[in-house]
This record gives sequence, C-alpha cells and structure tokens, in this order.
Amino acid sequence: MTTGHDRPARSLLSVDDLGTDGILRILDLADHMAEVNRRPNPKVPALRGKTVCSVFFEDSTRTRLSFETAAKRLSADTMTFSVSQSSLNKGESLRDTIDTISAMGVDAFVIRHASSGTPWQVDHWTTASVINAGDGWHSHPTQGLLDAYTVRTSLGRTGGLEGLRIAIVGDIKHSRVARSTSTAFRLLGADVTLVAPRTLLPPVVEEPTTEDLDGIIEDLDVLYMLRMQNERMNEALVPSLREYTSRFGLTPERAARLAPQTLVMHPGPINRGVEIAVDPGELPGAVITQQVTNGIAVRMAVLFDLLGSGEPGTEGTSR
Amino acid sequence: MSLLISGATVVDPTGTRSVDVRIDGPTIVAVDAELTPVDDDRVIDATGRVLSPGFVDLHVHLREPGREEAETIETGSRAAALGGFTAVVAMPNTDPAQDCVEVVEFVRRQAERAGLCHVAPSGSITIGRRGEQLTPFGELSAAGVRLFTDDGNGVQDPLLMRRAYEYAAGLDAGGGRSVTLAQHCEVERLTAGAVMHEGECCSRLGLPGWPSLAEELMVHRDIELVRLTGARAHFLHLSTARSVELVRAAKAEGLAITAEATPHHISLTDERLASFDALYKVNPPLRTSADIVAVRDGLADGTIDAIATDHAPHAAETKEQPLDQAPPGMLGLETALGVSLAHLDMPLADVVAALSWKPAAIAGLDERHGRPIAVGEPANVTVFDPEVAWEVVPARLASRSHNTPYVGMPLRGRVTHTVYEGALVVDDGRATR
Repeated sequence: MTTGHDRPARSLLSVDDLGTDGILRILDLADHMAEVNRRPNPKVPALRGKTVCSVFFEDSTRTRLSFETAAKRLSADTMTFSVSQSSLNKGESLRDTIDTISAMGVDAFVIRHASSGTPWQVDHWTTASVINAGDGWHSHPTQGLLDAYTVRTSLGRTGGLEGLRIAIVGDIKHSRVARSTSTAFRLLGADVTLVAPRTLLPPVVEEPTTEDLDGIIEDLDVLYMLRMQNERMNEALVPSLREYTSRFGLTPERAARLAPQTLVMHPGPINRGVEIAVDPGELPGAVITQQVTNGIAVRMAVLFDLLGSGEPGTEGTSR
Repeated sequence: MSLLISGATVVDPTGTRSVDVRIDGPTIVAVDAELTPVDDDRVIDATGRVLSPGFVDLHVHLREPGREEAETIETGSRAAALGGFTAVVAMPNTDPAQDCVEVVEFVRRQAERAGLCHVAPSGSITIGRRGEQLTPFGELSAAGVRLFTDDGNGVQDPLLMRRAYEYAAGLDAGGGRSVTLAQHCEVERLTAGAVMHEGECCSRLGLPGWPSLAEELMVHRDIELVRLTGARAHFLHLSTARSVELVRAAKAEGLAITAEATPHHISLTDERLASFDALYKVNPPLRTSADIVAVRDGLADGTIDAIATDHAPHAAETKEQPLDQAPPGMLGLETALGVSLAHLDMPLADVVAALSWKPAAIAGLDERHGRPIAVGEPANVTVFDPEVAWEVVPARLASRSHNTPYVGMPLRGRVTHTVYEGALVVDDGRATR
C-alpha cells in the first residue's frame, strides 16, 4: 500500500478536492485502520508528536469524539476548543482565535462551523492542516468518506461503488451530509437519486431527482435517510412533519417493501418517528451503527493521510 | 493661478471635439481650438486624454457619522476625487441615519471641510431607516436634499411606500424641481439569511441564496406605484436581467423612472464566491454572466441611466468574519472608470454620460455638475487617459478600507486630474489635499 506520497494537499476541505483516486486512497487506508481498531490494543504510534486541535463553533459531540478518538488511536495529542469556553464570547474574532491556537503549534485543525466556507477562510490563515468537520449546508467530507466506506465494506467490495443504485432522501437543501455523501457516491461510480419535495432541494442539482419514494424503493442497493429538522416546518418548507413522514419517511409499509439486502443508512442523530418511523434494529439492511464505527477508521485514515508518513502501524504495533 | 488644459479631447453633453480649456477660479473662462499659455497659467498637457465634466456618483457610503473606522467623509471624498468624481450622493445608512436636517448638515459641513468634492447627502425615506414613519421630506428638501432613499434596505411596506411616492410627487423642492425617491429593491422576506445569488453556484457551495425574484418583485411594485402616483422613482443598483426588462418596458410607457447599475454588476459573477472570500459578498449579490450581459445591454441602450458605484468600505476585520456574518459591500470610487471602460462595449461618450451628466440630472446636481465644457460654466471637470491599462493596489487606495474586489484584474482607463470648483484636487493621479 502506498500512503506517504502523492498527497495532493495538506488540508481536507471537501470530497471534491480528493477526486475519485483520493477517495479510494482514503478508503484503502481506512481498511488498514479498521484492522488496527480490531486489535486488543487499538493504538499505533503513527502520529506521535503531532497535535490535533478540534475547534467546534457548533456543537457536535458525536463528530468531535469520533475525531478525537481517531487522533488518539494514532497517538496524536489532542486539544479541544469549543465556543462555550472560548474568547469569541469576549469579542475575539475567528481570525484571532485561529492565529492564537496556531501560535501554540498545532499540526491540524478540525473545524466545525455553522457558516459555509469557514474552513476555507481558516485554511488561508494557518500553515497547519485544516480538516473540515462540517461547514454550514456545504460540506462534511469525512461523513461522505465514512458513508462510502460503509457501503463498500457492507457489500464486500474492494474498489468503487460502480452501478449501485442509491437514493438519498430528505432535506437535501440544508444538508452538508447530502452534498458530501452524494458526491463521494457519484465519484465512486454509483447512480444517486435525490428524493425530496422541491422545497427541500437546492435551486439547481446535478443528480436525478424524484418525489416518488414508493416508485423506487424496491430497486435500491442503498436507502440513505437524512435527518429532518423540526424547525423546517416553521419555514413553510413542508406542511407538517406528519405529511413529511407519510411521503418521505421510512414507515413500516415502506420497510416491508425494501429488499432484504438494501442497506439503510442515516448520518445520525435520528429523528425517530419522522424520517425513520420503524425500529432500525428490525431492519435487516440497517448499517447505521456501522457508520459510527467506521467513522473512527476513516478519520484515522484522513489524519494519517494529511499528517503521517511512511506505512501506518508498521512501527511499534501490538503485534 | 489659472489652469490651462491643452490638447485634450473634450467629451461633454454637446458632443466630442478637441479644444484647449482655461479655468480661472471656479469657472471655465476660455475654450478655444488653441489657447496660448499666459504667465499665470499652470499648463496641463492632456494630449491623448479626455476632458469631461466631473463624474457624479449617485451611490456612495461614506460611513460618517458612525463607522469612521471604515471610511470618513474626508477619505471617501479623496477616493471620489481620485476616481474623477466631483460630486457624490451620500447614502443615509449612517449612525445616526440621515433622517433629519441636523445630520444632513453635519455631513455637508464635513464635506466642505475636506473640500475634495461635493457631497450631496441623501435623506432617508423613513425615520431611522426602520420602514415605519416618513422623514420630513419638506424640511429636508428645503435644506437641499434632492434624493431620498432607505438604501441598505428597501421600504418593505407597500402602503408606506405608496404614501411616500404620493407625498413626494406633490412636493416642490424649489425652482419647480421635484425630489426623487430611490429604491433599494429587495423583498426581505425572500432574502432572509442570504449570502449570494440563488442559482447553480449557491447550490454547490451550500450558501443561502438571494433570488433574483426578490429584486424584481419590488421593481415591479414600484413601477406600479409610480404609475399610480405620478412620482419620480430611481432604482438603485439593478442586478438582474428581468429587472432591466421591467425598467425598459416602464420607460417605453413614459413613466418617470431612472435606474443605475454598479461596476461590479457588469464585471464579476457569483462564481467569485467559490473562494468563500467575503470580499465578494455584496447586496444585491453578484449574479450570473447572463445578468451581466443584460445589465451591460441596459446601459448601452439607455434603459439604465447611470453607473453608480455603491462604494461600500468595510474594515478588514469585518470582512474576515464567516460569510453569513460579514457585511455586504465593496469599494468602487477609485476603480469605477477603469472597470467601466474595461467591461463595457459602448461609445466612450455614452460611458461618460452614464458617469457624469445623466446621474447629475437624477441627483438634481446639474446646476454645477455634468455641465458642458463652455465659457462661464463651473470648473468641475475630469481629465483621464481612456486607454491606459492598470491594476489596483489596495494599500495605495485613498479609502480607509481596502475591500476592492479587483486585485489582479486588468482595468482600462484612469483619471489623471480632477478639478473641483476650480481647485486642482487631483494632479497627475495624486490627491493634492
């Protein structure tokens, strides 16, 4: 496996930046990391001496823990900067905050921000690596990568996702997950259909779209359900959550029509009774917990890809 | 000391010709095919250059009072002079707003102290620009205000806007002149949280979109209100193809409507936001190349009367905020001519008309600005090289802020001299005061 060379960038801001080859490189690396994670002592010294700082301007305990776990399993030191304990409340600018942390000598920032584009701004201000952990409605590259990885491993594939029929259902417009995950799937060769009412689609989309979930549900390899946020109702984007569930939710009736091998995915946290109105544990194809588990391996792969050198885990492993 | 400008091609409302011009005090005292220098003359050799009436900008934000860290009336006036402007209309979104005679008088006094160009304060349409209660149009017009606008925001309430047009239509601002209401066309219910043009690019970037419809609905509403009330309306910074069509049709009907477009809406598309640099965030937003073509066509056929900069200085730290928090706006005064000549395929005289005498008439400034180059006329003139290629260097701008979007873009045409009320305020490209 080649890892240490032909890295195109020091930062990971979007899935598009990686391209098909870059995605495959990360997924192959993630296979190796998953193997590390299965060991009794799931830790390698690959990033010893490196410091990774999570800077979360928007709460996301799940994503932050996943990144920090990934960094620790590679023996990196981790720091956390969260807004509630920060000086942003004292009027310090984003730029000053980044400059201050940079001055402490970090190797990578893991950035989450409610405004699209903020990781790009940060990337201009620092020489450290910047990993986008979700910006606004725009991009969440490690989610796209872990979703692609989950499909690949769940279906026992080794290369891309050529020919798979995938539906992404829900609030595409406001979803960074939809943007990154559909891009990752498409770059790997899958046929992605977006399922949403017109109000929940961006003004222009490249993928085929439909409002008829029932018309396609029996012919899917992957059914990807997005989280539906309660506040969307107040913006007149859907008449009611009940109507949303009846048209776009995974109801017991729809679950019964799914082929048993169809993977059911969700980025979490699930809005139970809205987008998924059945017990996911009852769905034979549900891989929602695998997505969480795989998130660690994929984020280890990303961190190693940006910060590491040589072969991961060949030095000082537990074997 | 008198000033002899020799060898220039004069472009003014009466046509184009080659003449020498002598200025003494605040007045043009001689115009002839060839004037011989006399002892007292300071001679400016303007061979190969254009001499025109000074430019008039219908739309600048000078930030004083209230946001002096971004611009002051003095620094903004200096930028205006360097851009060839001898008169600018100051937008009312100051703090406090230009909604009463006291604030308007303050702006005027600060401009006179700077002495670099004429600053005509606009008055806001509503108190505090809150869209609730009309300002005293009568008092303000008696104090010299000719243009009223809530710019920064459109007047959202159609009833209040109807009353504003009705009240303004009957108001005699002196000498049989009327006042002009200038609308920032934006239905805010359609643009809440918007950062950029709604279209393909915003879909890709995950940024909230500002739909063209939000501008066009208000253009349409105000055209109908003008039809109803017989008032005069001016549309600020039109940015969409459909807006241009609506105004073209309204003008064909003979309605008293004028319109302006900015240099950035004829030169930059929404693709600029792919950098996520808030430098390119502006309101109305940068739009598509099809809109750019339509706005240029509107300028070329006179549907859009004036080029106005919407000069909007912002301190660097405010533009380094996340895109949804960064304020909209970009500099325009010092680059207006260079962008216009680089991006408009129009006869030079038409570009100058859109920069000078047409906006002067809209702003009610045509007694001293945008005048013919003729004996007895006020000495408010500009000399520029229409061919020189140059690039903007932010640190060298006279504006206190440096938020120009034109770094690295070739511009064509640059002002070398500006004469304001007889004073050489820009000499060889440098401000003299």
